[in-house]
Amino acid sequence: MEKIATRDAYGQVLAELGAEHSEIYVLDADLSCSTKTNIFAARFPERFFNLGVAEQNMIGWAAGLATCGKVPFASTFAVFATARAYDQLRNSVAFPSLNVKLVASHSGLSVGADGASHQAIEDLSLMRTLPNFTVVVPADGPQAAEATRAVYAHRGPVYLRLGRPKVETVVTDQPFVLGRAQSLRSGSDATIVACGTLVREALLAAERLGREGLKIRVLNLHTLKPLDAEAILQAARETRALLCAEEHSIIGGLGSAVAEVLAEAGSGIPFRRLGVNDMFGESGEPEELFRKFGLDADSVAAALKSLLS
Amino acid sequence: MALELNRDPKYLSDLALQIRRHIVTMLGAAGSGHTGGSLSITDILTVLYFAELRHDPRNPGWPLRDRLVLSKGHGAPALYATLAQAGYFSTEILKTLRKLGSSLQGHPDMNKTPGVEMSTGSLGQGLSVACGMAAAAKTGPGQFAFRVYALLGDGELDEGQVWEAAMSAPHFALSNLCAIVDYNGLQIDGEVCRVMNLEPLAQKWAAFNWRVLPVDGHDYGQLLAALDAARGETNQPTVILAKTTKGKGVSFTENQACWHGIAPNEEQVCHALDELV
Repeated sequence: MEKIATRDAYGQVLAELGAEHSEIYVLDADLSCSTKTNIFAARFPERFFNLGVAEQNMIGWAAGLATCGKVPFASTFAVFATARAYDQLRNSVAFPSLNVKLVASHSGLSVGADGASHQAIEDLSLMRTLPNFTVVVPADGPQAAEATRAVYAHRGPVYLRLGRPKVETVVTDQPFVLGRAQSLRSGSDATIVACGTLVREALLAAERLGREGLKIRVLNLHTLKPLDAEAILQAARETRALLCAEEHSIIGGLGSAVAEVLAEAGSGIPFRRLGVNDMFGESGEPEELFRKFGLDADSVAAALKSLLS
Repeated sequence: MALELNRDPKYLSDLALQIRRHIVTMLGAAGSGHTGGSLSITDILTVLYFAELRHDPRNPGWPLRDRLVLSKGHGAPALYATLAQAGYFSTEILKTLRKLGSSLQGHPDMNKTPGVEMSTGSLGQGLSVACGMAAAAKTGPGQFAFRVYALLGDGELDEGQVWEAAMSAPHFALSNLCAIVDYNGLQIDGEVCRVMNLEPLAQKWAAFNWRVLPVDGHDYGQLLAALDAARGETNQPTVILAKTTKGKGVSFTENQACWHGIAPNEEQVCHALDELV
């Protein structure tokens, strides 16, 4: 199947949405060729603002546009979109609950050769803790396209996390609904809950373990907030172990969100978080980094086997 | 229907006096809050809301209204008293300032208080927001549906984001934007020139391609003339550097950095009201 980068899908749909809705404005911080907002910019220059390398100011502009009924999409790399402008997101967007769409590309280790300074591994943790924000991590290109439309239709602040590399399409026949997990594979032995690029690794791992006779369920938890707690608890009831996998620190992201649900429900299911283990990334090809940091399909399969044993 | 504006100095000074009385009384009732920076911006807010802004207190959501962003959110008591005086809500509510369940939060909350255009309090963010509003007003080349004003503190100019915003407004030719700096020369830890020198401030803004208009921030004639000039500007945004006195109008709060973040006690409220007549 064709490989599509989530950022490419976003850029395409954003331009389509721009033609349909004149209230959509787009902002970028000197990375429009990488975030793919340049497609919108070329078609609707009067509704596009490149604010230069000034992310804090960009978020303020977006907030101001939103107070006037516009629907601003603000894009840059995930590191700068969240951590760099965090107080602006907190006080000028989340607190007044303004209809700002923060769409960040280049998240996680799969940024690759640029290295640790550019690899956001804490953005989900940061964004999940802000009240009023919806947090979305699509698994592939077509899902990023659906998510972009859903994010526009949703009223309120949203963080949409995208990536740099082209990725294989893995979600084919499931409708995308904000806040509702997708069951991509059924199984009764164990569950892998994944988001973003780790959904594909989870599916590959489940397939391999299937050849060994294990029935592995795979949940795509594309919306971290609001969280589909029922899908998680159902998996905890119906399977014997639960593994979370994400291209993010094990602290504060998907794994933490799922752990909170399981602990509060009193579920004693064997559980493990797979992610970046409280450390920074480094330069390398995405596949090399996934292998080194234990996030490739082999590592996911091994982790699940050890959890089950 | 928009509020009828009136430029008569006596009318404005009577209103400012009443607003200062409200500020002192509400801060006394709250037992905490920012006295100095509220009294320093009272004349500026009075001129804006009663002689400059196109707005309708009976219709706070009017899409074509002019907007004011109080970037120095700790000046909230002055904004609340001005909005109440203009008719956005009853002056009776002012005494609930900072109390549990009140519509008047310690710092402005746009979702709780009619007439408050933006939630502020973390310094340095309001000018960027005002830029976004000013851009939203654009209907064509050099054409804008409304005007936007941002009121900033001088200490607030220490924040780097202010200068990011200052760079962006002229770049996009937001001539419908007017920033006003409450240049009272004092911030929490002391004199601005000692904590973090801003000078040469006029040259800084000019170098960022703003039209710069220094005025006495307590002189209605000078403020109105500067606002007129800003409204006539068609190419660039305007900044009014308003020289003010922190704690203006009450003898014992004037020019005292220590009055930045405290409220008067009962006795001090009485003394202040005796002076504000």
